[in-house]
Order: sequence, then structure tokens, then C-alpha cells
Amino acid sequence: MNNVTLVRKEPSESLFREDGLRLDGRGLDELRPIRMEVGVLNNADGSAYVEHGKNKIVAAVYGPRELHPKHLALPDKALVRCEYRMATFSVEERKSPAPGRREVELSKVIRESLEPAIFVYKYPRATIDVFVQILQADGGTRCASITAAALALADAGVPMRDLVVGCAVGKIEGKVAVDLSDVEDKLGEGDIPMALMPTKKVITLLQSDGDFTPEEFKQALEMGIAACEKIYEMQRDILIERYSKVREEVAEEQEEE
Amino acid sequence: MVGLSEVTSAIEREHISSLLVHGKRIDDRGLFEFRNIEVEVSPIEKAEGSAQVVLGGTKVVAGVKVDVGPPFSDTPNKGVLTCNAELTPIASPFFESGPPDEQTVELARVVDRGIRESKAVDLEKLVLIPGEKVRVCFVDVYVLDYDGNLFDASEIAASVALMAAKVPEVEVNEDTGEITVLDKKQLLPISNIPVSATFAKIDGVLVLDPCLKEERVQDARITMTSTQEGNICAFQKGGIGTITLEDVDTVIEVVKEKAEPVRDLIRELTKEVRGEI
Repeated sequence: MNNVTLVRKEPSESLFREDGLRLDGRGLDELRPIRMEVGVLNNADGSAYVEHGKNKIVAAVYGPRELHPKHLALPDKALVRCEYRMATFSVEERKSPAPGRREVELSKVIRESLEPAIFVYKYPRATIDVFVQILQADGGTRCASITAAALALADAGVPMRDLVVGCAVGKIEGKVAVDLSDVEDKLGEGDIPMALMPTKKVITLLQSDGDFTPEEFKQALEMGIAACEKIYEMQRDILIERYSKVREEVAEEQEEE
Repeated sequence: MVGLSEVTSAIEREHISSLLVHGKRIDDRGLFEFRNIEVEVSPIEKAEGSAQVVLGGTKVVAGVKVDVGPPFSDTPNKGVLTCNAELTPIASPFFESGPPDEQTVELARVVDRGIRESKAVDLEKLVLIPGEKVRVCFVDVYVLDYDGNLFDASEIAASVALMAAKVPEVEVNEDTGEITVLDKKQLLPISNIPVSATFAKIDGVLVLDPCLKEERVQDARITMTSTQEGNICAFQKGGIGTITLEDVDTVIEVVKEKAEPVRDLIRELTKEVRGEI
């Protein structure tokens, strides 16, 4: 936009309020509101919708299914493919519909964060496709995408060792804080997106940008793991809720018969 | 992009067409009955306008982004409107990612024509500095679940998203040509509400709003978009089958009756944002 002067409200001086809480009223170890839904689409084998703060994300899983083109097939295990895409209207300035380098990288790291949880050796020569569509982005999309994709994989009935949960930890004004919002991500000093297999307590995604001392980094990881565990509770609850409903429905149908 | 071809069994085809002979459909609808339409207005806060439409088992989300840019050189006194569609691989096992293919482009262009030719958006009112700066509206439709008739679901989503859109007011400095974006919001200038109706022709029988099973066995497809005056602002025949003059007559007659309830629904949905239209 040439010649256009943007007159918008200045971001406030500090990322903390006078009472010491973050701008949205959260403490340092507090997550944004999270809402999850499983089985939101008809066609996909498994699907999930996650709202994490203002992030709105749909994940769909197709597979295990036949792989095309066939020469990509792996003789001993399933090929896991992942595509992370942002809708043009998911961000302030319209994004071009064609995937950019960022989306390509995120597709790769999301795939690599999910695959360790999947029993890929059960499905030689097949593929498991994971598609993530960001409808609205609000900081921490890759982590919320992992949370959503793991739910979709579980919904598809893909055998897994564990769920996978994502959450970012960052540094704002010298303090380590979990689950950065969009503005904290942009104005903060650093960001560490991570993903966890929560019952195994192993990390499947770890990235970082910005500036952290080794002590801060370790503290961030500990806080991140605690945050992931909280999200995992929600993930587990929503799956139990969904499938106890399914079980009831099936039981009712059998009774009718 | 659409990949592998789908296979429909001969039995299913026969089942569908033998029902049609008796005026019945596989989902018990009348021949000229839309499936249930559910619309969520403005689910995406970051878009200037947005709408999610569920039409039977088809689900689409449309988002509107509005920018400032130069007009097309042949229309210096009009704003710019672009409709784009994405058949995401989320929506069907037969959609693949990649650059838009024929089916995607056709969908985007038919939706675009409905909006453009009905003058749904008054493009002349989008001019900031004639010949230099106009508002540029992008309407992007994402298909999330595909159960037939993407045309009508997308047209409704696009219309509602445009009507619900709130764009920042701007101040134009006539002398310097500088444009200042203000903190206040305004609605887009809307002067019509196009409604499309899509028909499948199966063994000579026309049905409105085909579901995926019907679409798979259709010989031809007809989409007709009407304005609120009842005129035809877009028409598209698709598929390798043929249509007759009688088919066109039927379509026109059905649209007369069936488009208005959809238009009323759109009016009702956007009343809160726009007031009565």
C-alpha cells in the first residue's frame, strides 16, 4: 500500500498491565482459552477443530490409504504427509493463496512432531495424510495445529503410542511466559514452539528464535511441558466425551435391533 | 485440485435414477428442494467479513479482505473485486493440493460472475482517487467438506461475507493524494443480493441442489444466478451431457420460487449488521 499512512492505535508501551498481569489478563504460566471439537467433518477419516486464543484451526486426516504416486511408497512403513496452509483471510494483511516458505517448513516440522507417535510400521506402502487449515492466526499456530492434528489422527483411528500436544513458550520483557499471543510474539524477545508426547514425556518439536540464556531456555522448557500437560487433559477429555457418546449411540442402536 | 477419479457403482446409479422416475430422491427431498442451510456470520474476526455455510453435508468458509490499490486500467472509476476458491484436500479424499485446477477456477468464476453481474457490490463507490486508488476486495472461499453443490454454498457464503464486511473508513487528501486509514469502520456498498441455484440433470430429470451422490451420476449441471429483481445475472452449464430449452424453462420457473427464500435468509442473517435491505 503506497501512499497510505496507517493511523491505528499504538501498541501500548508495555506488554504487562499495572497489576503485573499480561495484557490479556493472564499470568506468566497461564494459557489462553482453548476449545476443541472432534469429528467436525464428514468426508475426512478423522477431523478436529481447535480454537486456541483467537487461532481457529481445522485439521483433517485421510488414511491410512493407498499412496499416489506409488513410487513414493515406503516398503516397511506408512508415509506420513502433512500440509499446513493458512487461509488468505487468516491474517491482517491478505496472504497470497500460494504456499510460502514458512508454510512448507511448518508442514515439515508438524509432520515430524506427529510421526513419532504413530505406529507407522503397521501400514507399509500406505500413506497417512494430515491436512491443517488455519482459518484465523493469532500466534502459536503451529503448536495449536499439532494439538488439532493429533486429535484428528486419534479420531481417524490411527494407532498411536501417545497423543501429541503443542504449546509455545516465549520471553516478554525479560520474563519467560507460556503461550504467547500474537502481539507478545511480535513484540517479545523470543519464542520457543514445542510439542510433547505427554505420557512418554518426550519432545517431538522444538524450535526457537530470539534470545534466551541457558537458564531461561531450561525454565521455558519446564513451563512448556507443564502447559502441554494441561492441554493434554483437554485433548483426552474431548476424545473421551466424543467416544463415550459414540459408544452410547451404538449401544442404543443394538438395543433397537 | 481434483485427483483420482471417483468410481460410482452401476447399482447406485440405477438406484438414483429409478427413484427419480417416481419423483423421489435418495435423501427423501423433493426434486426442487434445497437441503438445510446453516450460516454462521463473521466467524473470522481478522477478516473484514466472513461467513461459514453448511448446505446439507457441504461446508465452506468465505472470507473478505479489503485493501487499497490501483484500479484496472480499463475501469479507472471502479473498485476491484476478485473471487477465489480453494478446494482444500481437507474437504474430500479426491481433492489434492496444488495450483487451482479447472473445477476450482470454474467455481470461483461462477461465484464471481453472480456477484459482479448482479452489481452486488457497488464498485463505483469503492473509488478513493479516480484512476489511482480504489478499494480492492478479495473474496476467498475455502471448501472444508464436499457433499455436492459447491456453487450455491459458496455463493451464499460470499454474499453474506461481503454484506457483513466492515472496512476501515479512509480520509483522502485531495491535494497530496495521501490516504489515511481511520479507526472507524463502515459497511461495503451493497446494491443487490445474488442467489444461485444449481441443478443436476440425471437421466433427463432435473433436481435442485444435488448432493454428492447425485452429482457423481449427473449428466449435466446447470447453475443459474438471479438478482433480487428476478433477472438472470449468471448462467453456467457444466458436464458433458446436454440440456434442452425445456430444461432452461424449468430452471427459470424453479428459480422464481426457490431463490427468494434464500435471499430472505441472507437478508435476515445480515440484518443485525446492515439493517433492513
